Amino acid sequence: MVNRNCRATLRLVTLINRQGHPHPPLSSSPSGIDACWKQLQRNNVHGEHKIVSFFSPLASSLKTRQWGVNIQSRCYGSASVLVQRNPKFSKLNDEDVRYFEGILGAKNVIQDDEKLITANTDWMRKYKGSSKLLLQPRTTDQVSEILKYCNFRCLAVVPQGGNTGLVGGSVPVFDEVVVSLSAMSKIISFDKVSGILVCEAGCILENIISFLDNEGFIMPLDLGAKGSCQIGGNVSTNAGGLRLLRYGSLHGNVLGIEAVLADGTVLDMLKTLRKDNTGYDLKHLFIGSEGSLGIVTKVSILTPPKLSSVNVAFLACKDYSSCQKLLQEARRKLGEILSAFEFLDSNAMNLVLNHLEGARNPLPTSLHNFYVLIETTGSDESSDKQKLEAFLLGSMENELISDGALAQDINQASSFWLLREGIPEALMRAGAVYKYDLSIPVEKMYNLVEEMRSRLGNDANVVGYGHLGDGNLHLNVSTPQYDDKILSQIEPFVYEWTSKHHGSISAEHGLGLMKANKIFYSKSPETVKVMTSIKKLLDPNHILNPYKVLPCSSIS
Amino acid sequence: MKIMVAIKRVIDYAVKIRVKPDKSGVVTQNVKMSMNPFCEIALEEALRIRESGLASEVVAVTMGPSQCLDTLRTGLAMGADRGIHVDSTSALHPLHVAKILRNLVQIEKPSLIILGKQAIDDDCNQTGQMVAGLLNWPQGTFASKVVLDKEKEEVTVDREVDDGIETVQLKLPAVITTDLRLNQPRYATLPNIMKAKSKPIKKFTPQELNVEIKSDLEIVEVTEPPKRKAGVMVSSVDELIEKLKNEAKVI
Repeated sequence: MVNRNCRATLRLVTLINRQGHPHPPLSSSPSGIDACWKQLQRNNVHGEHKIVSFFSPLASSLKTRQWGVNIQSRCYGSASVLVQRNPKFSKLNDEDVRYFEGILGAKNVIQDDEKLITANTDWMRKYKGSSKLLLQPRTTDQVSEILKYCNFRCLAVVPQGGNTGLVGGSVPVFDEVVVSLSAMSKIISFDKVSGILVCEAGCILENIISFLDNEGFIMPLDLGAKGSCQIGGNVSTNAGGLRLLRYGSLHGNVLGIEAVLADGTVLDMLKTLRKDNTGYDLKHLFIGSEGSLGIVTKVSILTPPKLSSVNVAFLACKDYSSCQKLLQEARRKLGEILSAFEFLDSNAMNLVLNHLEGARNPLPTSLHNFYVLIETTGSDESSDKQKLEAFLLGSMENELISDGALAQDINQASSFWLLREGIPEALMRAGAVYKYDLSIPVEKMYNLVEEMRSRLGNDANVVGYGHLGDGNLHLNVSTPQYDDKILSQIEPFVYEWTSKHHGSISAEHGLGLMKANKIFYSKSPETVKVMTSIKKLLDPNHILNPYKVLPCSSIS
Repeated sequence: MKIMVAIKRVIDYAVKIRVKPDKSGVVTQNVKMSMNPFCEIALEEALRIRESGLASEVVAVTMGPSQCLDTLRTGLAMGADRGIHVDSTSALHPLHVAKILRNLVQIEKPSLIILGKQAIDDDCNQTGQMVAGLLNWPQGTFASKVVLDKEKEEVTVDREVDDGIETVQLKLPAVITTDLRLNQPRYATLPNIMKAKSKPIKKFTPQELNVEIKSDLEIVEVTEPPKRKAGVMVSSVDELIEKLKNEAKVI
């Protein structure tokens, strides 16, 4: 369900319905670059003919009964290059299934339709693949055997963790075999002195956080998806999150990785050393390559100690430049205790208050244009609180903030965080959403939101929020339903604008499938050429997560 | 009319409690402390009564070591007019607290005392009732609704009891203890935090109030509740029946 021109799809769909052909005629593509479209597949299930992935531009949410489960198929079109299934990849046959059953045991080779739907659909329900096989290895050796076989048979593979990605990188595009790491969820070791944790890639982030909580440590990253996302996926996508401001990115916190290459080779780089300058540091290739260079199976990560004093303040600013000045002041006055600096605009606030139960406005007395959430983490409760209070009262006197509330206990702090962390969910509930994750110089950041508002006018609700401290804007356009006209107003304008200001078109979400052909907006052709050579070196048959990350033109 | 609110500093409600290895108590070192949630609700109710014009002053009282001043300042930041800190480093049980409150009442002369129904650290649910007994005042405990009638000098309290809701009418002066559904406490906003810095806090000691802190209770041991055992997967119905019969002994 990706990169399609909705009108073309509708034409094909009506063609099929009228003619009743099992497969629509695929006209030849002159050069794999421009002319692509996805092959529609018919699934005969219990004698019913259902089209697996199709769109209707007329109604945004069609409830289709498929395999006994109600699915809302969403229309998402992008006026860009469409994808064609690479004919080089083999098709799965029974012999393959039996081979996998031999390695993993029948219980871990899943062809059950209901489980396949979840594995084939991403969190936003925007992308849907048609994989027929889900594998759940339990050991690194099993992963190695799987990949060795797939490489030999030229079967495409999609590594999958918690499936919470937002750019379609975690689900198959066509019939790739899904290799899920969920069964590899052991915590292998934890050193209480150094805080170094070694665990398998399928550990859910929230479970790791609770384990560390008992030991008096925390994870250096924290994101809204923590209840489902897995550490292997976090590492493979170089996830940012809410604490990047304080603890830095995963490139700094991950000390070692064990990964399996496309040909089954196991690269054991699972050191637990803080410093190791021996040769090229290959683990950084795997951090952020979104599963396209290898499958991460184990991670060793440095965890910071849990500090007792956490304070959260929710503030209101009258304009964006005050938010910026507040950030500068916070960096100086709060210094080492500052651990998060997030912002949201009034549209985002209203969305959360309207769509999320339990969301409560801490500053209800008047309307504000911008809200800022500041968190400090330190070791001394009273001195931290004094510092924060002094900073806040000073900022109020200097009219940087027009109002604010300071959380007095942990529950109040969580309710402030809910207002910021709940925005993605509120957006999902409000209807259709076009999501963009951009790194832009802080002074220019909100200009994009305002320009987008003037472009779209009353047709859409443009919402801006994000990690102001990291210069990361989450631009979301909320509309009642998906609409190509609106999309054409957004893309490629938003990418061009970002490129013009030397920003990144994907700050932390990654490229996945959504932005696979957009990399040139943020990286030079020479850089992409080197990336392609590395990909060819580590995965010559291109079986790992195909059609994603790098442009299809560079691969073929 | 003056309202006195008693607030207690306890381990934050959201913290995971751990028992000390010597079983003498729970770990309070480096653990986040905040105002007892029921005390927050009590203070919020007092502030609402004042804001509706039926009271002129809200006095917040806390008892304990000097760290309790943090909690008192939170109370002032929420909107209390004055604070009273009874400084004591020894453990204060409900009867001590009740006696101190009784003696404070003779100094401050409030018409209404509002407390939380219980503290989340000891779960005693005794202080409010003891204060009412010592002062010989009427009490409305587990309040889920409070309506004050100033001219008639009466307060109508809806109490949450096991059978449902019981409505009682009390003649002032009276004691009320608050339950969870009474209200949602406000956040401490920056303008109020600023104002709180200049609000007066009076200090007393139990001796000045003629209360002897003599503990006739000794905590012998504190243990954790038994940990919940992990579930066991059984492979057949026969095995299930066998386990139910021999291990769980339920059939």
